[in-house]
Amino acid sequence: MSKKQKKMLIRIVIAAVLLVGLHFLPLTGWARFIVYLIPYLVIGYDILIKAGKGMKNRQPFDENLLMAIATVGAMIIGITGDGDYTEAIAVMLFYQVGEWFQSYAVGKSRRNISDLMDIRPDYANVLKDGNLEQVDPDEVEIGTIIVVQPGEKVPIDGVVDAGSSSLNTSALTGESMPREVKEGDEVISGCINLSGVLHIRTTKEFGESTVSKILDLVENASSRKSKSEAFITKFARVYTPAVVVSALILAILPPLVRMMGMGMSPDWGIWIYRALTFLVISCPCALVISIPLSFFAGIGGASREGVLVKGSNYLESLSKTKCVVFDKTGTLTQGVFQVNGVHHNQMEDEKILEYAALAESASSHPISKSLQHAYGKEIDRSRVSDIQEISGNGITAKVDGIPVAVGNAKLMQKLGIPHIDCHHVGTVIHMAINGAYAGHILISDVLKPHSRQAVDALRKSGVEKTVMLTGDAKKVADQVAASLGMDEVYSELLPADKVEKVEELLRQKQRRGKLAFVGDGINDAPVLSRADIGIAMGAMGADAAIEAADVVLMDDDPLKIAKAIKISRKCIRIVYENIWFAIGIKLICLGLGAVGIANMWVAIFADVGVMILAVLNAIRALFVKRL
Amino acid sequence: MKKTYKIDVDCANCANKMEDAAKKTTGVKDATVNFMTLKMIVEFEEGADPKTTMNDVLKNCKKVEDDCEIYI
Repeated sequence: MSKKQKKMLIRIVIAAVLLVGLHFLPLTGWARFIVYLIPYLVIGYDILIKAGKGMKNRQPFDENLLMAIATVGAMIIGITGDGDYTEAIAVMLFYQVGEWFQSYAVGKSRRNISDLMDIRPDYANVLKDGNLEQVDPDEVEIGTIIVVQPGEKVPIDGVVDAGSSSLNTSALTGESMPREVKEGDEVISGCINLSGVLHIRTTKEFGESTVSKILDLVENASSRKSKSEAFITKFARVYTPAVVVSALILAILPPLVRMMGMGMSPDWGIWIYRALTFLVISCPCALVISIPLSFFAGIGGASREGVLVKGSNYLESLSKTKCVVFDKTGTLTQGVFQVNGVHHNQMEDEKILEYAALAESASSHPISKSLQHAYGKEIDRSRVSDIQEISGNGITAKVDGIPVAVGNAKLMQKLGIPHIDCHHVGTVIHMAINGAYAGHILISDVLKPHSRQAVDALRKSGVEKTVMLTGDAKKVADQVAASLGMDEVYSELLPADKVEKVEELLRQKQRRGKLAFVGDGINDAPVLSRADIGIAMGAMGADAAIEAADVVLMDDDPLKIAKAIKISRKCIRIVYENIWFAIGIKLICLGLGAVGIANMWVAIFADVGVMILAVLNAIRALFVKRL
Repeated sequence: MKKTYKIDVDCANCANKMEDAAKKTTGVKDATVNFMTLKMIVEFEEGADPKTTMNDVLKNCKKVEDDCEIYI
């Protein structure tokens, strides 16, 4: 509790005790009024002062001013009528209780959510003259060796220089399995070191490290406002003036009509009292607080699960996802190719692989890597010359002076070499050595263990269409898509084609549903930004992905996509519940107040009770573990 | 140019009022108030001096909500 809150709590208690105590004092007339004025001023003096300032600054719809008018009015009705001042004081009291609760609850959830995201390291240990020295992570330069002891957070991204250990990455990914690291492995800031002492050579400054980027992203996320928030802000702007104006009309019109039109007594007291009830209901705070709080809690809960959402607006779009488009490699498959076989070759398998690996030695393409990996021996680059990469086709080079061509069927056609197609499913690499066909190598990508489940989970969560895009051959793509149960598949696409395909899908879809694109963020940044929602996965340390995407999944488990959608749905459901609930109750109370059924006690419930319930409901958005 | 300021305000609607007031201040291109993180992000017009502009922003905010603070 802050100092302000403590002071308020004391005032609330004093006023409440006085109010109950005064009930037993048999005073009448002015003495009664003066005695009752004490608790009123104790609880409401600040409101009265603020009301005065509001008047001075010409803010006719200032809540404090409205509250002051309502309670002062009720006091005056007390003086002129039955001497009942309890109501005015109670209204003020409950209003303050509500404000106090709101500030307490918001402060508490603010702290809770920041604690959840408490991955900010406070210091880094730097080795100096054989002694460990704690310094501010901001002051550590690139290339410094830092020491991370068991139980400490890795403060800055880097590479393990000495030591081995297991790291807990759950604060970043929501994944509870520890990750083993040894010398030479990259480590990411924000992980907690579990077992051994690690010496890490930093590769980034603190400000550029993963942990800083994530914190920055999450803290700024709720600044991008959603449509619901914009709606409620606009609504609040209209709501208060509208209620105040109706209060004025209610106070003046019915008595006049009764007096002039019907010849009855005007009953000014009754109608003014009803108008004052209106003023009590006119504060829009319950509405206004519950929406950003829900989003804040939703974003906080999601980040705990390794799902970073860059803004409330994206959370809102995500909840409307009807179509999910996947990039195949690295998203649904592991992006690690394995050589499955060598066919139609005269030469030995090993020799073919050796030529292939050598010819591809300069390329960093996943396929080249897999060939080099299958070859398994040290590659002597001096044996290779005249390397030419033909984009989308393959590579020609000279190995030991012999011309070698490695690539797809198009390359063989281009070179005019007859080739034999493979009847197995997989990516086929044709080889021509010395101008003659030498057979082909079959490689294939491995599906991620959860891909099938992920597609099912998406469908269960209400996604209507799943589409797979890939640059891979049609045969492979169809087989993968069928085994995953995809609705549509488009294969043999160049990166630019993917953007076009996504644009076409965007045109096809219904107006309300949103299209999400899931990629690994490495070469699909344009597609990520073109889709309604770009989701990048496996983003631990991939800066490009964090920049381009709207939603970032920290690890590369595709199941998290469905999880992210479920989290967003829950959050938006809560937001709508709050909007309907708060507006509904207020309108009902206004209606009842106008006809005289609801008194000020009901009005104060409409104001404070609704706010408390809406705040409690908003907090639910934080709990997303079991979705 | 964009700058972020820490603010202090008690109620969500007051935060919205501050946002409005800040947006209307001359020299401010756009402003966002984040009630949950208690931050105000101000985008200044070309050539506007952040310091004097922010003083005006604070003055305007005080007008709509007396009980607020911007830590300039």
